[in-house]
Amino acid sequence: MNSETMKSTPLCDKHVALGAKMVPFAGWNMPVQYKGIIDEHNTVRTACGVFDISHMGQFLVHGAGAEAWLNGMLTNNLHKLVDGMGQYSMMLNERGGVIDDLIIYRLGEDDFFVVVNASMIDEDYAWLMAHKPEGVTLENKSDAYVGLAVQGPACEEVFAGLCPGVTLPVRNGILCFEADGDALVVCRTGYTGENGFEFFCPAAQGVKWFERVIACGAKPCGLGARDSLRLEMCYSLNGSDLSPEKTPLEAGLSWCCDLTKEFIGVEVLRQQKAEGRPTALVAIEYTGKGAPPRHGYEVQLPDGTVLGQLCSGVLSPTLGKGIAMLYVPAAYSKVGTEVNVIVRGKAVPAQIVKKPFLKK
Amino acid sequence: MSTIPAEYKYSSEHEWVSPAVDGVVTVGISDHAQAELGDVVYVDLPTVGDVVAAGDNAAAVESVKAASDVYTPVSGEIVEVNEALDAEPGIVNSDANGAGWIFKVRLSDPSELDALMDAAAYEEFCK
Repeated sequence: MNSETMKSTPLCDKHVALGAKMVPFAGWNMPVQYKGIIDEHNTVRTACGVFDISHMGQFLVHGAGAEAWLNGMLTNNLHKLVDGMGQYSMMLNERGGVIDDLIIYRLGEDDFFVVVNASMIDEDYAWLMAHKPEGVTLENKSDAYVGLAVQGPACEEVFAGLCPGVTLPVRNGILCFEADGDALVVCRTGYTGENGFEFFCPAAQGVKWFERVIACGAKPCGLGARDSLRLEMCYSLNGSDLSPEKTPLEAGLSWCCDLTKEFIGVEVLRQQKAEGRPTALVAIEYTGKGAPPRHGYEVQLPDGTVLGQLCSGVLSPTLGKGIAMLYVPAAYSKVGTEVNVIVRGKAVPAQIVKKPFLKK
Repeated sequence: MSTIPAEYKYSSEHEWVSPAVDGVVTVGISDHAQAELGDVVYVDLPTVGDVVAAGDNAAAVESVKAASDVYTPVSGEIVEVNEALDAEPGIVNSDANGAGWIFKVRLSDPSELDALMDAAAYEEFCK
């Protein structure tokens, strides 16, 4: 991708001014780190960090029949949501494969706010539009917002300084309010495993709110730390751990699939549940010393049988050892199974462990 | 700003080579290279006794996000490797030009040093 087609968030110049190293990610020019990934990772685990998530997509869905329609498009059961609450969910193709994972919030009756992955905004929008009934409105508001993920045990103090007098919503909750003349949206969610919130403001006011979040005590963190933080928690990354060729059952995400309701792809999931899934996304941890595990590295059984290739991998800053996820034939997915990760021709011993890597 | 010791020679792959002592040179990655890489979390060292040719992939330095090959700028036999990097790979960040050295080579062709950049040329190269 060349620089002409690469998109930048409204915070790009600010990132550069803060010393960020910028890299292409999902078509966007994003900060991978400021001072260092390990320091940023540890900041989120022990204090508070802020990530630019303006590249992520936001859809508004409203109109009579919106809930019934979305419930047929998504795996989780929307009827469980009350006003002001959100849930993690998946949108599948007819083969039961994952198009995207997302978080959907119920603002009111037949009124929803949906946050989707940056790389999937256009595809998600096209898929939804192709299935949308008359009377339901779908708006792609992705360019209207700057998003900031404020994550870490000190996030509540940061929010108290940022929006005095406003109470953070409960876990998975959403709050729409006005402050300093701006319409704001705060969601009590995150992608790090820490206490945190995701803050959406009008794009034109993004730099102002980003500066305020930093002034209130959050340290700017890049995508590098975001990746190591989410992988320690075994949170899936679409495009790496999720794909149109794998079902949520194979990805270990059956907890957000309600097979008692009808939605696109449900027949395949029911069949897999009855007959067994062909593969399973497992977590592996190094048991010996070796170079950090990375996407694409081959994984073998000790006898040399190839099990698959790593979807995601990193040297965990918190645990100090290599951690990774990959799809293996379901028969080999048992916790405790010993494997080798092949790094530049060398076999690094590892074993399948229970998810997540970091027990919190 | 990165530091570029005047007494070293430099390769276009951002390795430095110390002046030869009894025919042996020390090789590391430049301060500029470590800054570009970010936090180094693992160094794959060569094996003592390996015979390498200039341009060979002799080692690897890995940060959280990327693996970066280290090419030996000179030919010869690997006579020593920096085992301290096994336990503390971060030394490559904190002292790339000194304690963060990676391996030592007994030169088979000392004239190869003449083909490398001097500090002034390397500084220009990094711009």
